[in-house]
Amino acid sequence: MKETDIQNDLASIRSLMERSSKFISLSGLSGILAGVYALIGAIAAYPLLHQAPVYQLSFGGGSYSPAVGYLDTSVSVLAPLFFIAVAVLVASLATGVLLTYQKAKRKGQKIWGKTSRELLFNMAIPLIAGGLLILIFIARGYFGIVAPASLIFYGLSLVGAGNFTFDGVKSLGLCEIILGLIAALYPGYGLYFWAIGFGVLHIIYGSMMYLKYDR
Amino acid sequence: MKIPFDKLDKAFENRLRLQIMSVLVANQRYDFNSLKDLLDITDGNLASHLKGLEKEEYILVNKSFLGRKPNTNYEATDKGKKAFAGHLDALEQLIKSTKS
Repeated sequence: MKETDIQNDLASIRSLMERSSKFISLSGLSGILAGVYALIGAIAAYPLLHQAPVYQLSFGGGSYSPAVGYLDTSVSVLAPLFFIAVAVLVASLATGVLLTYQKAKRKGQKIWGKTSRELLFNMAIPLIAGGLLILIFIARGYFGIVAPASLIFYGLSLVGAGNFTFDGVKSLGLCEIILGLIAALYPGYGLYFWAIGFGVLHIIYGSMMYLKYDR
Repeated sequence: MKIPFDKLDKAFENRLRLQIMSVLVANQRYDFNSLKDLLDITDGNLASHLKGLEKEEYILVNKSFLGRKPNTNYEATDKGKKAFAGHLDALEQLIKSTKS
């Protein structure tokens, strides 16, 4: 047995231990793009949200006439907001899957295997639970809960996913949870926290991962 | 200078067995097909090495059914984990002794 043999053995052990337990094809670039989509979504949502108080004004004193068109605000604002949220989500997921698929192909790793299955399963639990909870609260009129709850549950899903991929994902999750809790302390600023959590943090995390692993 | 080859575990002489063992040490359990995909080897090759490790009592085999498909899971025993750690130590010493 020669020294190079031993070193090959050790190298293959290290790589297998990592590849067998972690999904390392997640694309950092897709994190950056998801953050950009979220920021675009937040900018698009901003004017919509700032029409809502106008509706209350006109409803109370009737002093503000341009608001007439927003009498049924609950429907006219909620529908486009919902559309923006879904569009951001779909665009992010599609970009993530596509770029991750390309990276997996380049690295010769299977995109659908034991590790990616466990990664998705562990992410799905808090996401589905949180998503349903948020929908229930929206239906009952508690709009204020959307931003903090979505950040917290998203953070929890990332912490769970962190065990099956890069460690950075876990730190990102912890940041999202902390941000969600702060957002809960400041009702009315949900959109800003949302933009920071889903936009800025994703861009920071994505660039760090990109510089560290993708190049 | 004497190189401690005797400390190396004979069961891990084959590179594939060492690789299988490292996957099972890093994960609680691993199933046959995922192992096959990961190592990129044939059914027969993998099965014979798994049998070898089983004979040494380094791994445990759990057979079950997922629906109607057989699903075989493997996990490392304490004995196997200890042997693996000992083998790594021996490799480390070998490298050190050849460098000095």
